[in-house]
Amino acid sequence: MKLVIGIVRPEKANDVLEALYRAEIRGVSISRVQGHGGELDRVETYRGTTVKMGLAEKVRFEVAVSDSFVEMTVAALCDGARTGEVGDGKIFVVPLEQAVRIRTGETDVGAVTPVGS
Amino acid sequence: MIAAAHGNLPLPGQIDTGDTAWMLAATALVLLMTPALGLFYAGLVRAKNTLNTFMMCVGALGVVTVMWAVIGYSLAFDRGDGFVGGLHNVLLHGVTLAPHAGLRIPDLLFMAFEATFCIVTSALVSGAVVERMRFGPFLIFVGLWSVLVYAVLAHWVFGGGWLQAHGTLDFAGGVPVEMASGFSAFAAAMVVGARRDYGRQALLPHNAVYVLLGAGLLWFGWFGFNGGSGYSAGSSSVLAFTNTLLAPACALVVWFVLDLLRDRRVTAIGGATAIIVGCVAITPAAGYISPTWAMALGGLAVLPSYAIILWRPRTRLDETLDVLAAHGVAGVTGILFVGFFAQLAWNGRANGLLYGHAGQLAWQAVAVLAGPAYAFAATFVILRVIGLFTPLRVTEREEAIGMDVIQHGEEAYTTGEGAILVGPEGGFEEPGRRFGERFLGPLSKSR
Repeated sequence: MKLVIGIVRPEKANDVLEALYRAEIRGVSISRVQGHGGELDRVETYRGTTVKMGLAEKVRFEVAVSDSFVEMTVAALCDGARTGEVGDGKIFVVPLEQAVRIRTGETDVGAVTPVGS
Repeated sequence: MIAAAHGNLPLPGQIDTGDTAWMLAATALVLLMTPALGLFYAGLVRAKNTLNTFMMCVGALGVVTVMWAVIGYSLAFDRGDGFVGGLHNVLLHGVTLAPHAGLRIPDLLFMAFEATFCIVTSALVSGAVVERMRFGPFLIFVGLWSVLVYAVLAHWVFGGGWLQAHGTLDFAGGVPVEMASGFSAFAAAMVVGARRDYGRQALLPHNAVYVLLGAGLLWFGWFGFNGGSGYSAGSSSVLAFTNTLLAPACALVVWFVLDLLRDRRVTAIGGATAIIVGCVAITPAAGYISPTWAMALGGLAVLPSYAIILWRPRTRLDETLDVLAAHGVAGVTGILFVGFFAQLAWNGRANGLLYGHAGQLAWQAVAVLAGPAYAFAATFVILRVIGLFTPLRVTEREEAIGMDVIQHGEEAYTTGEGAILVGPEGGFEEPGRRFGERFLGPLSKSR
């Protein structure tokens, strides 16, 4: 089991959801995060005060999958999130020690397999 | 003024302080409608486009007011011919403190009052193109539209043009305001094209509270809009003012019923829309029909507008904020309603079909054909011509990022977290550094 974490542009979040859906990857959490990954700073001006927005708005996807699904998940995240410009985001794949489905008490692969699959 | 001080009614041709006081207040009320519209529209778009949407209304406050003073007022209200006014009042030449012809308020105040109509009407059209149209071309468009469409149509029904000469009744602007903005929005949506995500993603209003507050402030302003269109503190203003209370209330109630029938729930965005539809429908009729008929009109007007609002999103036409349904169609309803139910006993001008004058309905119908046709065609041409010189819309990439950051370099809901102070303009800079370097030098470097 792996936890696939994708940090993507907010405006691409819907495209990523669509790509995951097409790849039949159904269990996903998202959260709004702010971060900095080397992209160009955005400049904004408020009444003569100019600021560099050092942290960019991003959306963080977390998908827990069994090993055979890792490749598809990463591919779906890449397909959905890529624009080709600096700031498209990152994907991290980390080992997952345990997963529990709270409702049934199922663990591990059973817990990360969507109901009805 | 002396006559008023002595308690005698001044004759036309003399200034009346009561009329003038009310028209000063009414002008301010109508001006409020433009930022109110900005709030209403801003709530209906996605969060990343809030400021751009609001700024389109603020843009109209600036550009349209200038265009009105420079030439729009003259084209609308100078004598001219049946189609368009003359050029005698260009740059407000000859607009003085003397009474406006036939009224007891100063010419200058009349000009200011009419200016606020032109501003809010021009801002209305923005509802068709929000979330994608570039701000610069929009400002050019709105300035040209206020002169080439609004001023011309205002001349037709208010400024002695051909519709007014033939007896078309339009109390506060069913033709130049409501039908013109609605059918122009239709044309603008066709020329500018649909948003990138239209029909692919759910594009939801980001703040329904703004929408409700905006609608409430619009209704408040509308008391000046309709209540001031009698140009006096007299009986036609009182009738119009009261009808502006009654018609939107009926529209609300009918909308609630339709919402309940359709989905068993009354919606907030629907309620806000109902207020607008009721106000729009009563606009051309406010000073011409009885309060009872005004209530009927408010309720009736909801039906076609509701139907269009349900139908439009199923089409490819991304007329984003439904200006056509709320203003164009409700304006048609109001103008035609006058043809049936105008009542000499209430308005002192003319009867409609129901009270024995069928000819009134005929000229209302002519207005319903001619006004929208002109507005649609002229808007289509104006936007096409602007489009020859500069792109009308941002790129798909920029549209995805959001108009606020792309077009204005600001955000509506910025947290400030992670924001690094570059410096207030003019302060903190090291001596000897050029203006461009100060901003562009350190910022264009990537790490």
